[in-house]
Amino acid sequence: MSKKTMYEKIWENHLIHQESGKPAILYIDLHLVHEVTSPQAFEGLRLSGRKVRRPDLTFATMDHNVPTKDRFNIADPISKQQIDALSKNAADFGVKLYDLNSLDQGVVHVMGPELGLTHPGKTIVCGDSHTSTHGAFGALAFGIGTSEVEHVMATQCLQQSHSKTMEVRVLGQLKLGVTAKDLILGIIAKYGTDFATGYVIEYTGEAIRGLTMENRMTVCNMSIEAGARAGLIAPDQTTFDYLRGREYAPQGAAYDQAVEEWKQLTTDDGATYDVVVEFDASTLEPQVTWGTSPGMGTNINSVVPNPADFPTLNERKAAEKALEYMGLTPGTPIKEISINKVFIGSCTNGRIEDLRAAAAVVIGRTVSSAVEAIVVPGSGRVRIQAEKEGLDKIFIAAGFEWRDAGCSMCLAMNPDVLSPGDRCASTSNRNFEGRQGRGGRTHLVSPEMAAAAAVAGHFVDVREWETVPVGAN
Amino acid sequence: MEALRIVEGLTAPVDRVNVDTDAIIPKQFLKRIERSGFGQFLFWEWRFDEQGNVISEFPLNQPRYHGANILLSRANFGCGSSREHAPWAILDYGFKVVIAPSFADIFYNNCFKNGILPIKLSEEQVEELFVKTQATEGYALTVNLEARTITDTNGLSIEFDLDEHRRQFLLLGLDDIGLTLKHEEKISAYEAKRASNV
Ligand code: SF4
Repeated sequence: MSKKTMYEKIWENHLIHQESGKPAILYIDLHLVHEVTSPQAFEGLRLSGRKVRRPDLTFATMDHNVPTKDRFNIADPISKQQIDALSKNAADFGVKLYDLNSLDQGVVHVMGPELGLTHPGKTIVCGDSHTSTHGAFGALAFGIGTSEVEHVMATQCLQQSHSKTMEVRVLGQLKLGVTAKDLILGIIAKYGTDFATGYVIEYTGEAIRGLTMENRMTVCNMSIEAGARAGLIAPDQTTFDYLRGREYAPQGAAYDQAVEEWKQLTTDDGATYDVVVEFDASTLEPQVTWGTSPGMGTNINSVVPNPADFPTLNERKAAEKALEYMGLTPGTPIKEISINKVFIGSCTNGRIEDLRAAAAVVIGRTVSSAVEAIVVPGSGRVRIQAEKEGLDKIFIAAGFEWRDAGCSMCLAMNPDVLSPGDRCASTSNRNFEGRQGRGGRTHLVSPEMAAAAAVAGHFVDVREWETVPVGAN
Repeated sequence: MEALRIVEGLTAPVDRVNVDTDAIIPKQFLKRIERSGFGQFLFWEWRFDEQGNVISEFPLNQPRYHGANILLSRANFGCGSSREHAPWAILDYGFKVVIAPSFADIFYNNCFKNGILPIKLSEEQVEELFVKTQATEGYALTVNLEARTITDTNGLSIEFDLDEHRRQFLLLGLDDIGLTLKHEEKISAYEAKRASNV
């Protein structure tokens, strides 16, 4: 039998039809839906008289437009219209919706895994590029456009061409205090924001094996920032343990049987990837981005680069534009960059472990008087768990605002936005111009680094601080 | 979807790498629940300042590029989110073709669903088109999807590659969902097999 990669196995398990010269038709096991990219798809179904073929495989929530304070009072009428449209569409088409009244409502990529909807070997899509998050379980998960959302609703299938495969082999172990966020930021800083375009990445290596499920989600989440179609991590005991007992995970004997099947998914010894790249984790330091693309990052003990040092003309121009937008001067030590906003949350770093890590830094400390800082749990369940552990009290005592679940300041579609000139240490995934609000300047960092910056008012190497473990770790 | 065969017209340059979907259409405009009317918001923060004044240096605001239907840009065009609002805005503004050295995956896919032709050329070819577009007011191209060529009136002729299925798809203005539903029997059989496995 030929040796196969995990991607190839999942692909073959879902192949409905293949003709040469045409995209394959692939079956989709789980369709996640949110309010921004779905209204036109539901409308398309209505216009053509079609139904949602498998409402039982379709789950919706509202996250992007949701206010994180006073959440039922949506001031923006167009946001409200979009939220209301999803409620109506879900009811009309029989789709399960976790709305603002639901405990499970949250950022779609936090909610899905938490409910146990995300399983190894599944094909998972959502009208959202960070669907790559679910690859952490060894599921083939990727973002699609609204036309494809309609296509999946109508057919439970997608037309797909086979991607090339790339192994990102992480060598060595992360040093103490260096996180999964630093790892993925470091990989993208080294290889660029389009090195994986056309590829499905599989992350391998001891450092990856050592990550918790939530850390793995942070890594896979940002695969799209490398241009990848999807990111995968082979399932192992960590994965199986995470899933056991979750609402939509197989239960009892079915769980044991599923685990046996999931074990078969891993890439065969001797299977080959189209490309292999290596990344040395052992020398990595905490990362901070300085520019307007996730690849424009460096380590905390470094300086803002000089555009003149970049090899190509286009890179030099891009770096110049970025520094102009970011209001930064080449040569400035990263530690001397002052910030006035901090955002801890998003589908990259809004899970319970992220909040514990941030709380461990702020406990007994106070947010700088120059900084406004918010913590936004990724879902209602994360919020409740955090409150059970007393994390909310730690944050509030330090001067953070403690909010309700949603996408919040990750993308500025709701009331949480930066003002022009604001400089934010953010645990989200994109630092594009205007991403967090027009004229706002985003520095992507880990939850620990964001928490430390909130206290100091500028970036610091959090490893130099003593921290106190908190929560049920 | 409208079929696309030949596009003739002015070329407009957006000279940046990594043009992301937040730049193509900022999120405050994603709240509409229709597919139409997004063109007015295209490149919003590059076209208008905070007070809503026109930023005259931005190419799309210069009279010489008004009415352009071919957009020229740099590598990794369309990176970022999966929002189909990006191609909707591009199309609604009047562009039918986007030329760049490379495109982000989801954006590239989304173009075809909406009758936009994204063309990948080499960095050198794109650079040549930038030089010509900027040097000559009224610089126009003819993109022929049937022949897979880009030509101007001064003898420029570039052939471009395109997956044959995608080409047919645009030429015929096909309906994806209809194509998949032709395999309804296979889909049902797959579902039945799955159900009996559980
Ligand atoms: S948290 Fe940010 S990246 Fe994640 S789904 Fe929401 S807007 Fe998208």
